[in-house]
Amino acid sequence: MAPSSPVMGEEPVLRIEPSSGWVPVRLGELWDYRELLYFLTWRDIKVRYKQTVLGALWAIIQPFFTMVVFSLFFGKLARVPSDGIPYPIFSYAALVPWTFFANGVTNSSNSLVTGSNLIKKIYFPRLVVPMGAVLAGAVDFVLAFAVLLVMMLFYGIFPTGNIVWLPLLLVLTFTTSLGVGLWFSALNVQFRDIRYTTPFLVQFWLFATPIAYASSMLPQPWRTLYGLNPMVGVVEGFRWALLGTETRPGPMILVSAIVSVALLVGGVYYFRRLEKTFADVV
Amino acid sequence: MPEPAIRVVNLGKQYHIGALHQRHPTLRDQLSDALVAPFRRAAKLIRGQATGAAELDETIWALEDVSFEVSSGEVVGIIGHNGAGKSTLLKVLSRITEPTLGWAEIRGRVGSLLEVGTGFHPELTGRENIYLNGAILGMRRTEIERKFDEMVDFAEVRKFIETPVKHYSTGMRLRLAFSVAAHLEPEILIVDEVLSVGDATFQRKCLNKMEDVGEHGRTVMFVSHNMPAVTRLCERTLLLNHGRLVADGPSHEVVGQYLSTGTGTTALCEWPDVRSAPGGEIARLRAVRIRNRDGNITEALDIRRPIGLEMEYELLESGREVMGSFILVNEEGLELFTTIETDERWRGRPRAAGRYLSTAWIPGNYLAEGTFFLQVNLNTLNPYKWEIHAPDAVAFQVIDTTDGDSARMDWGGRMRGVVRPMLEWSTDLLTATDEEDVSRHSAR
Repeated sequence: MAPSSPVMGEEPVLRIEPSSGWVPVRLGELWDYRELLYFLTWRDIKVRYKQTVLGALWAIIQPFFTMVVFSLFFGKLARVPSDGIPYPIFSYAALVPWTFFANGVTNSSNSLVTGSNLIKKIYFPRLVVPMGAVLAGAVDFVLAFAVLLVMMLFYGIFPTGNIVWLPLLLVLTFTTSLGVGLWFSALNVQFRDIRYTTPFLVQFWLFATPIAYASSMLPQPWRTLYGLNPMVGVVEGFRWALLGTETRPGPMILVSAIVSVALLVGGVYYFRRLEKTFADVV
Repeated sequence: MPEPAIRVVNLGKQYHIGALHQRHPTLRDQLSDALVAPFRRAAKLIRGQATGAAELDETIWALEDVSFEVSSGEVVGIIGHNGAGKSTLLKVLSRITEPTLGWAEIRGRVGSLLEVGTGFHPELTGRENIYLNGAILGMRRTEIERKFDEMVDFAEVRKFIETPVKHYSTGMRLRLAFSVAAHLEPEILIVDEVLSVGDATFQRKCLNKMEDVGEHGRTVMFVSHNMPAVTRLCERTLLLNHGRLVADGPSHEVVGQYLSTGTGTTALCEWPDVRSAPGGEIARLRAVRIRNRDGNITEALDIRRPIGLEMEYELLESGREVMGSFILVNEEGLELFTTIETDERWRGRPRAAGRYLSTAWIPGNYLAEGTFFLQVNLNTLNPYKWEIHAPDAVAFQVIDTTDGDSARMDWGGRMRGVVRPMLEWSTDLLTATDEEDVSRHSAR
């Protein structure tokens, strides 16, 4: 806590008045509330697997069994090409960031409605709520990622030098999840239809993203354009950085990154614009 | 002249309240409405009319043209009937919702407490919830760590601090939640009705804690229905009615105005309309009065004279056994006593329907000076049921004299205690040290 200044006029002056139209983002204020973000994330993580028998195993079960199903149906039966990499690890490397994205979008789009009780009773930058919901997936991600490393050992695949790009790819995964999550969470306050749309959309998006198949099935320039789905860049980037798939997905990732940042910036501003109505409507 | 801590200018807040008159009497109507509504909305959209909001064109002004200033260090109470706009005002000042018109300016760090235990999670332990709730209220982690032990002791939950809160009793949970909130140290504290929770002892502890807050030079805005708490904690009170500020002044005056709405005195409260009077299907309260020995209704009573407490009620059903009672509360919120109807003529007898008047007399030289609030109750017996319950129905002041014939005798200073009985004393000289002295100073 900053020591309160005894000198009059040095205290911060807060002006409360009606706002209209686009509202500035105020990153400084968001930074002031970083501890709240930390605690909300921590709460979500703590609570997530309380009173479950399998506990944190659920973090692995979800992507792992999807991988098993994909390997059976797409890998074995349909013989979908997998860029010369064993199909199970090919799909699992994509499912790890995908699961983070899918859970992040689902949780953050419901976050304002579930947290309505907080929103109606106390002030804080509302952006913290969907951010926390996305960040809470980080632990699950780390667990699923550990399994990926074990699988790489098992298949004798060692990451190439491209792995240095992994942190950037992680950022891209986060911005995409948050970008989509912000749009949905703000819309969900006004239109509860979103709650029913999200699971359907996430499922649809799964097949619109090269997880069960490879994007190399597409010829250029379509392959680069495919990057307009930002998860395409993320997924192919993960494969390239970890498994060393042949073709460099550079342009595709660039397209994805631009779309992802646009989604996030647009999402933040849209969210801020609707923010003032949250407490009254939710 | 220092700038005020809070300045509010022409503040207004409008709410859309949906279709107010459109009632859904049956499930079938609701179902058919649910089926038809999307099409109606789609049709409107095609015709180019605004959708969504068009259905919600019914609006109310929860706050209208409210202006006031609060100086740094002032403790201000906000009172008013339900729906008067008290909570809306606090929500606007704590930035939870935006005003529709006007503006407000706040100087200093604001902490607001509109609910006890916001964000408490049942699965987390007491310790974890302290950290979570502290962060939600805007405390830094280092600040929570520093005050952690103090909070746990204040809430008296040390033994269960590692237990998930879902296993706590309601009282324990409230104590823990309030304890976190009570250790918030902002320059400006905004508090909604939160003292209505917990048991009486803990309430008193919280009231004392809030008083500390005021004495540290902190600015406090405090909404309450607890009139004794308001008069004791706040030197100044704002009265809201239908979203407008109708009174702003010294607490005892404004509380008086609030209690006497319509009658002109706090010593009288009447309900001319039986349907809106406190009570249920069996009995309704019609009037409560405070009288002096001469039979006059007055809010200022002499400490030496008896005080008459009167309740007039209507029994709507015959053949009921009922029992009236009063609870007297002082301005600290302390319940001084409960007194139950003792008239032997009615004891154990069913009563006929009709209008009744019960009077109880507090003897003179019994209460201490100060403000008192009267709670009026009526119970039915066999089966036992709480029929009328009217807290803070009326209020009165007991005034001590300096004539020397009250319990304060010739003492002019402060006298402690919640009652001030005139007890019989005797003092005897047992052994004298000097005979000559005795003859000069002996009692007659």
